[in-house]
Amino acid sequence: MAGFLVKRLWQSIVLLIIVSMIGFGVLHLTPGGPLSQYALTPGMTQETMDRIAEQMGLNRPLPIQYLDWAWRLLQGDWGTSYRDQQPVLTVIGRHLFATLLLMVSSTVISIGLGTWIGIRGATHRYSTFDYTATVGAMIALSIPTFWFGLVGIYVFSLKLGWLPAGNMYTIGDGSLLDYLHHLILPSVVLALVNIAIWSRYMRTATLDVINQDFVKTARAKGVGERRVLMKHVVGNALLPMITLAGMQLPNLLSGALVTETVFTWPGMGRLFLDSLGYNDYPVVMGLLMFSAILVLLGNLIADLVAASIDPRIRLA
Amino acid sequence: MTAVEIHTHKHRWWRSRGVQRFVQHRLAMIGMAMLFLLTLACIIGPYLLPYDELYIDLRARFAPPLSGDHYLGTDPLGRDIAARLLMAGRISLLVGFFAMVLSTAIGTVIGVVAGYYGGKVNSILMRFVDAFLAFPSIFLLLALAAFINPSPVMITIIIAVTSWMEIARIVEAEVKSLRERDFVMAGRMLGLRNSHIMFRELLPNMVGPIIVAATLTVARAILLEAYISFLGYGIQPPLPSWGNMLNGAQQYLATAPWLAIIPGITITIAVTSFNFIGDGLRDALDVRNDPA
Repeated sequence: MAGFLVKRLWQSIVLLIIVSMIGFGVLHLTPGGPLSQYALTPGMTQETMDRIAEQMGLNRPLPIQYLDWAWRLLQGDWGTSYRDQQPVLTVIGRHLFATLLLMVSSTVISIGLGTWIGIRGATHRYSTFDYTATVGAMIALSIPTFWFGLVGIYVFSLKLGWLPAGNMYTIGDGSLLDYLHHLILPSVVLALVNIAIWSRYMRTATLDVINQDFVKTARAKGVGERRVLMKHVVGNALLPMITLAGMQLPNLLSGALVTETVFTWPGMGRLFLDSLGYNDYPVVMGLLMFSAILVLLGNLIADLVAASIDPRIRLA
Repeated sequence: MTAVEIHTHKHRWWRSRGVQRFVQHRLAMIGMAMLFLLTLACIIGPYLLPYDELYIDLRARFAPPLSGDHYLGTDPLGRDIAARLLMAGRISLLVGFFAMVLSTAIGTVIGVVAGYYGGKVNSILMRFVDAFLAFPSIFLLLALAAFINPSPVMITIIIAVTSWMEIARIVEAEVKSLRERDFVMAGRMLGLRNSHIMFRELLPNMVGPIIVAATLTVARAILLEAYISFLGYGIQPPLPSWGNMLNGAQQYLATAPWLAIIPGITITIAVTSFNFIGDGLRDALDVRNDPA
């Protein structure tokens, strides 16, 4: 396990370095580059701009600038938001909870439903249920998440009036029940695509396991069908899903951003869009880097969990 | 299989097992039919409708569908939704198609080079693929879209730049599995240039998986364009796209729901078609399904 841990950690560090290089590249695509915040100041002249550029070290060679930028990133100095003059990490931290809440609740829904649909599809292969689930998953993957959110708001908020159309809580309320009430629609909307993905993979994984010798052995020993399914099949089919959950993390984050914009959910996605609207580039860049780091961390954890359960992975 | 059989198959590619399987794939055929009708409507439809997509009819603002000559109703400016929908279809489908072409090209070149050379070249290129995959695509796409002049060409390019990684991975895996085969060895011994072996000898063997991935990439590209245009960072008005038709639909959701429903259903139909076709192609081109 220690060897696997070191190897996997090293991989993550290498990836982190490349990710930061891509981020640095994007940063230099911003209009005016890192100087853009000063360009907006009234009465700014070219000479002053040049002087600031020199003070900020922007006339140094790019590799040096990159190292400087990366070093400050490592020390937690992610710059200051143009909009409210607060450190970028503080601003992101304020929006982290809402996004995580949305992601976790929709993941619970999608894993629960997706696992069930996938297993049932595999055990009742080519049945009406399996066929419907297959076609349904393909259609679910084709529906734009933001539009599905709009339809959800139209039906459940505007027409039926059952659920709130946006925000995370009612101002002046904020009880647990109130949070849950607001959480239902966005997390179901975000879950739709993930249920589709999860059920497809779960079906394949179950089919892979269901015909293996140890399952046949269990049946031959006279173990009940239900017990075979729950203990021998599902347990083993869920293993590759742990790695998959890690791999799906960037898509989940993308989906959360999309959902947040429709439901005015006060998370990182909403912050990202607001910052884009205000040309608040430090926050935009911060979120870009932060989300990528979150994904790398998620992948690392998923792989470590999978390896700690399954010796085949860590010994491979 | 004898030589004679191979010869006859060569002249009747449409009778090959792959094509047969594709034609018998019900979903794929539904997808092909939907896509054909949609494309046809987008090409000739605008000439048949009474209004063009930019005509502003202020007396007929917010007309619901099936009111008079406005078959699908009008938008807040009184523009005909049917006309805009079809013109938008041209833009959205073209952006999706060319984004696919470009990302497939990028992904294929990187995948082939990484797989063929292996070793250090492979590790460097594939780590770049992994690093790009670590960014949630929407974040990267929106950041780029906001920084760059959002012309349709630029939108196409940035969608391609954020969606080539899957294809690179698929191609790399294929090349790795083919690299040690005899025909590649023969090519090397004949002294063929590496580029010739990579793109003339290896590439034709992976057309199947590439086509499947490319089809699914169109679906994805249409969704991405719709989303960034919905937010106002994609295709800019007055040029219509399915995404920017939905821009502003949220505020009229209670009074004019058709503004949101019509373009959304159209996007879903287009994307579903590509996903169905991709599924059919995967079943049809999967060599493992070939007996013999």
